[in-house]
Amino acid sequence: MTLALALIAAPSLVHLSTVDLAIIVFYFALVLAIGLYLKGQANTGEDFFMAGREMTAWVAGLAFLSANLGSLELMGWAGNAYKYGILAAHWYWVGAIPAMLFLALVMMPFYHICKTHSVPGYLKLRFGPGSQALSSISFAFMTVLMSGINMYAMAVVMRVVLGWDIHFSIWVSSITVAVYVALGGLRSAIFNEVLQFFLIWAGALLIPILGLIEAGGWSGLQAKILQNLTAQNVANPGAYTHLWSTLGDFSKNPMGINWVGIVFGLGAVISMGYWTTDFLVVQRVLSAKDLRSAKLAPIIGAAFKMAVPFIVILPGLLGLALLRDPHTGTLLRLVPGDLAWSDTGRAQGLHSFDEVLPLMLARYCGPGLLGLGITALIAGFMSGMAGNVSAFATVWTYDIYGALINKNASDELKVKMGRWCTLIGVAVSIGTAYLVMQAQSIMDYVQALFSFFIAPLFGTVLLGMLWKRATPAGGFWGLFAGTLSSIGMYAWAKADPSAVEYVALSPHAQDQAQNMFRALWCWLICVGVTFVVSMLSKPKPDAELTGLVYGLTPIPPEPPVSIFLRPGFWGVLVAIAFFILQIIFW
Amino acid sequence: MKVGGSLSIWLFIGISLLVNGALILASGIYELIHPPAFPVVLYELHASIWWGALLFAAGAFYCVRFSPGRMKAGQ
Repeated sequence: MTLALALIAAPSLVHLSTVDLAIIVFYFALVLAIGLYLKGQANTGEDFFMAGREMTAWVAGLAFLSANLGSLELMGWAGNAYKYGILAAHWYWVGAIPAMLFLALVMMPFYHICKTHSVPGYLKLRFGPGSQALSSISFAFMTVLMSGINMYAMAVVMRVVLGWDIHFSIWVSSITVAVYVALGGLRSAIFNEVLQFFLIWAGALLIPILGLIEAGGWSGLQAKILQNLTAQNVANPGAYTHLWSTLGDFSKNPMGINWVGIVFGLGAVISMGYWTTDFLVVQRVLSAKDLRSAKLAPIIGAAFKMAVPFIVILPGLLGLALLRDPHTGTLLRLVPGDLAWSDTGRAQGLHSFDEVLPLMLARYCGPGLLGLGITALIAGFMSGMAGNVSAFATVWTYDIYGALINKNASDELKVKMGRWCTLIGVAVSIGTAYLVMQAQSIMDYVQALFSFFIAPLFGTVLLGMLWKRATPAGGFWGLFAGTLSSIGMYAWAKADPSAVEYVALSPHAQDQAQNMFRALWCWLICVGVTFVVSMLSKPKPDAELTGLVYGLTPIPPEPPVSIFLRPGFWGVLVAIAFFILQIIFW
Repeated sequence: MKVGGSLSIWLFIGISLLVNGALILASGIYELIHPPAFPVVLYELHASIWWGALLFAAGAFYCVRFSPGRMKAGQ
């Protein structure tokens, strides 16, 4: 099948030239070549699932970040920046940096020292097989389902932006990922993620640079946004360029959230849960060659994560300030996806929030640059999908197959199982994508379902690492109660919309605000139940907790290296930069 | 770091930047000689030329610095 065959007659946002297509084809050829080159390097379980645990801090750190930089992340958050203003940057700063530093400096030693293959694997060592089974089964299934949903959403975007056939996008991208991950395992996934990281930056960085030149710098951008939103009678127009100053009141910002939701719901629970316990990202750090590299990797990731708003949030804000209808010259107002992609929306030529990044790309990028920008979006999608399937293969092989089905599986059998799981994971993802195509409401439910597990899991892992009195029964029932309560709150708000006032403390709360508060409550319930049940049950003896719990784990002393090689030094620098950014954009 | 065999991970990054940079630079020069009928916003800055050149230079540096011969010599 050639790319030319895939181009359909439907109108598209951008039109690719020959050089653009050449750049895209070269990208696919290169990732497949990498997979083939690494084929012989994944013969043992450690090689296939843990990349031999020989990654340097830079490689592990960039892969750690890249696995999270999916194309939906790029386009979705650019769209959210258009919708909510600079408040969306909280998901990159307070919603990521503290958690990444916490992972690096507090949690990483335990993950690294116990030599676990996965986060559910840690739970088995700490709390026993019950917690392992609960977390691994939920993670494995939700991961491939999410992968399918992302695949579908990406294919829809490719159809809208490029006019590509939806089936073509799904099959070509997923088969490519399946081939290179099945051949080279985690090593190949990581290797491509580093490549994708460079391509994402190379393809997306020009937009904010040229956009700021056109807008007249940051102050010019602020003035234009204020002017445009005021002209469109948008409430709180000044809130779109301020990070914290409008968070004193739910009704004073476009997200309908206050600082409690951002600091505690997002910063202390959701982001901590995601960055420290979601195996999709943690697996990359577990591949580091030694403890120092394992601690440095998330710090390197955090430093770059802090810069990501420059290529994601800023284009969204630039869209608010600069986008105009090319025919009439009037301000362009983007709308929600379901409206833009409906028959009526298409007939009226409406564009969705999520199209702001491709729209800005088409605004500034001529032949060649456009191809690189589209490659960045495709690379983002593939790195996210590779992350999902490699994490799924590991958790399935070690925590479900190896723990529940065949406890005596040999290393060779596990590698074989890992390769098959990669292919099966991709196949299930494709199936999910087609399922969502038939009934799109499934997408909302599965996305919500995934979020149910993250916050309580963080509570369980955190108490497991920091509180030696936490017992296996406490860990299991805390995780179970936290998950159940999250599902309960979600169902309550769905059945009775007025419940939002109680769950999210305000009737103004938008979806994101509800997620923050639901996470906060279910985390508290998880911690509370874990505490109570632990106090009522028999703790494990200290000897069984060595290497797993703070206070009972001898942390190897830092080797006598230069201060510039020490994780603590770089962690402090990243923290200082983080606080400076909050003040600048206050 | 090496990933098996004699090829460094950064060599592949270099190849990618080099080829993409060359294609974008060539495309930018072509556009300079034959200006498009419907130019993009800020076309006059010729971003394709300097961005392509930058990627090409970065790619060339990585390719040379992490070429298999040089890596072997360094061992």
